[in-house]
Amino acid sequence: MSQEKLEIGSTYALPKAEFDNLLARLKEKGFETLGAKVDHETLVYEPISALADLPQGYISEQKAGEFRLKKTHHKRYFDYIPGAHSWKQFLFPSRQELFTLHKNGDGWNTELPDVEQPKYAFIGVRGCELSAIQIQDGIFMREDFTDPTYAKRRQNLFILAVNCLHPAETCFCTSLKTGPKVSPGFDISLTELEDVFLLEIGSEIGRLVLQGLPLEASSAFLLQAAQKGLERAEKKIQRELDTSDLPDLMTKNLDHNHWQEIAERCLSCGNCTQVCPTCFCWDTVDTSDLLGKETKRERVWDSCFNPSYSYYAGGNTRPTISTRYRQWLTHKLGTWKEQYGTLGCVGCGRCIVWCPAGIDLTEEIPLFREEKS
Amino acid sequence: MTTFIKPSAVHEAQPMAPHWADVVEIVHEAEGISTYWLKFQDKNLAETYSFLPGQFNMVYIPGYGEAAISISSDAEDRTRIGHTIRFVGNVTRAVSRLKVGDAVGIRGPFGTPWPMVELEGHDITIAAGGIGLAPLRPAIYHIMNHRERYGKVHILYGARTPNDMLYPEEYALWKENDIHVATTVDRADDTWKGSVGVVPMLFYRYRMDAPKSAVLTCGPEIMIRFVIFEGLARRVPADHIYVSLERNMKCGQGSCGHCQLGPYFICKDGPVFRFDQLEDFFNVEEF
Amino acid sequence: MTTRPTLAVHKFSSCDGCQLQILNMEDEILDLAEVIDIAYFLEATRDARPGPYTISMVEGSVTTEHEVERIKKIRQESTILISIGTCATAGGIQALRNVADADEYANIVYPNPEYLSYLKEASPISEYVDVDMELWGCPVNKKQLLEVIVALLQNRRPVLPQSSVCMECKQAGTICVLVSEGVPCLGPVTQAGCGAICPANGRGCFGCFGPQDGANTDSLSDILTDIERYPGETKRLYSNISNFAPAFYEATRKLTD
Repeated sequence: MSQEKLEIGSTYALPKAEFDNLLARLKEKGFETLGAKVDHETLVYEPISALADLPQGYISEQKAGEFRLKKTHHKRYFDYIPGAHSWKQFLFPSRQELFTLHKNGDGWNTELPDVEQPKYAFIGVRGCELSAIQIQDGIFMREDFTDPTYAKRRQNLFILAVNCLHPAETCFCTSLKTGPKVSPGFDISLTELEDVFLLEIGSEIGRLVLQGLPLEASSAFLLQAAQKGLERAEKKIQRELDTSDLPDLMTKNLDHNHWQEIAERCLSCGNCTQVCPTCFCWDTVDTSDLLGKETKRERVWDSCFNPSYSYYAGGNTRPTISTRYRQWLTHKLGTWKEQYGTLGCVGCGRCIVWCPAGIDLTEEIPLFREEKS
Repeated sequence: MTTFIKPSAVHEAQPMAPHWADVVEIVHEAEGISTYWLKFQDKNLAETYSFLPGQFNMVYIPGYGEAAISISSDAEDRTRIGHTIRFVGNVTRAVSRLKVGDAVGIRGPFGTPWPMVELEGHDITIAAGGIGLAPLRPAIYHIMNHRERYGKVHILYGARTPNDMLYPEEYALWKENDIHVATTVDRADDTWKGSVGVVPMLFYRYRMDAPKSAVLTCGPEIMIRFVIFEGLARRVPADHIYVSLERNMKCGQGSCGHCQLGPYFICKDGPVFRFDQLEDFFNVEEF
Repeated sequence: MTTRPTLAVHKFSSCDGCQLQILNMEDEILDLAEVIDIAYFLEATRDARPGPYTISMVEGSVTTEHEVERIKKIRQESTILISIGTCATAGGIQALRNVADADEYANIVYPNPEYLSYLKEASPISEYVDVDMELWGCPVNKKQLLEVIVALLQNRRPVLPQSSVCMECKQAGTICVLVSEGVPCLGPVTQAGCGAICPANGRGCFGCFGPQDGANTDSLSDILTDIERYPGETKRLYSNISNFAPAFYEATRKLTD
């Protein structure tokens, strides 16, 4: 097919065997390609260099507090639903140097880390995950505060998104309108059919990467197959979060007795916040050497479930598990809206799966609609 | 909210990296409280740095960390910046060991100011407790610098003991500027001739013209609650009562999440709030 | 150079593993010797000087009358006393005898138990004297040891996380063994600081850094009891190195009833 015809907004078919060439094109353009891999009994996001690195034939069975990887008889590459890892770990790393100070006489010389940042290509970003990235964009690239690392990595970023055809039991993207079909914001979006990948071009860089690959025009038949697949996926999603009365439901029920009931199960371990692709809280830590010549200041992920999170000279604002859980949920599904214009939840289900206690916000929220006792 | 003004002392390349300022003078104020007068090492910044009354800086001591400290000097005095600091935490205790000539890291100014322009033409009551007078002092300077713009001004100030009172040598100057000053202490000593009791009690000393009055307050949370109560009881509108709050600010720029109170980041949307902004959350325990 | 603070490292009933962590500070040990005068550290040097000491680090639990006297003397001689390791902070594995019959154990283990003299209970250092700081772990974490020393030199509070081990797993990208493999793990109720070594190697956390402040062990016990691979596994997990730490002791008791 002649290359001049590639157009943003159009969809083309790529034989699966050619996918490695797509990855190679990304590498040529300086991108480090990252995607899902099987590691131990689970899925992680790591560097990948070939289609064969992806978890072919795997699906993940996800329940509240449980994740199990299952090998199936089919040969598809993108049927899995991601695990605990999220793309946030690359754009907003869990530990990052802010600056290092070197003692110079009575003062200090400030050394900033390298302004150059890695150039990542995320392979297999789901609709919910793309929405999460867009939510974090609004947090780290505000007019009045831009995080330089995040902004640079985000500028550099290439997104190859994937339409979800096999959602897990814990998915509820349809409630938040983030999936299973990806919304704009990708460079390329992919739908996996039996023999080919359907690729929709979402940006100029997406178009450049595909140029020269042996693409076929997508037939009406293929497009319909993809459409059908998405419709089936949408029907498969049974889990629901009624958002019609959010955020008010949260802010009006700060004194609800259900907070205490959740606190009996909540471990306050912070897992939900760490796996959440939108949670953004961070702390600063200084590390000094023995001789007092050097101090490194770092930014590390924090969590509203940590006892030290709410500690200040006047005491601890949230000394109990119930007040910490309340802060988390009322922020995520309540005050977030006023802060950033959306809810802080994208319906990916990670907080449900990776909570050791299996606390499921889609089951907890309706209980706040019941009478307070 | 007003449009965003870029803080003078924040690096573009890394907003968390400090600018350095030298301690030029240290004034002992009370037991465990001193004022640190600072001057930026960067000459250009020393000239261009400006803040509004009520704003704060992040003060950084390498190895110890940062603390949010309100600016307590005259915003129109561009020669130096004053921070009145109580030594209570890891960082502020490190500050207490600083000497003249030592350097500290500064980022700022951050946060919302006292609404000095909006309040022109109003009677103003400033109610402060303990160290809470520090963030209000720039407002007092502002009033004195532009005394004609404001109506009757009352300062109600309380501290634990007479020795804990901040800036006592300035009260005479305030009075000269037609500002009524009423002070009180929790515990008096032999020298004390003023009143004994809590700050909200001082509201009973004068008559307020509520519709044209505003209350600015900062201090211990319990005191703030009662000051608000007294203000509202005198029919001062909730949107004319301003409160400066404290929480564990870590970044100063509404990014790190620590100082949230409901939808607000206290460091960015505060520390100065109109009381009507807070009504829904202020009485929820441990929120 | 101004007078350096003196450091003493004392051993009580323990395996020496925590002291070894000090010796393991290969990159820092020379700097350490420059800023601190190591006055008493038998595992490192025979040059042992008498007190007083600025800092005393104490490894091990108190298990004999003689140790009771020794720890009191050390307390008197030390400006700052730091318990290092879970034997010193919670009694360690030897505290298992606190819920058993120590004499019976002695009869089984030793051919001539009549030569032994020991206390009925193995106790944390804080049982007998005031402790200024506690560093948990079996063994203690080298980075935490270093941080405590630097903090003391700088006259500040050390930065020691109060969060759960889960936070360390997630931040390192380590996958949860509890959720993805059903392996019983005490991570959600255990104080961070170890770097989540066990889960990173596919094992559940056995709580050697001790219970996190305010840990919800009731909830975790419910979760773990459901997935036990053999009866009593949860109780076993709590009854490990940190068994005598109050929160774990209580959790064990509840599972026994």
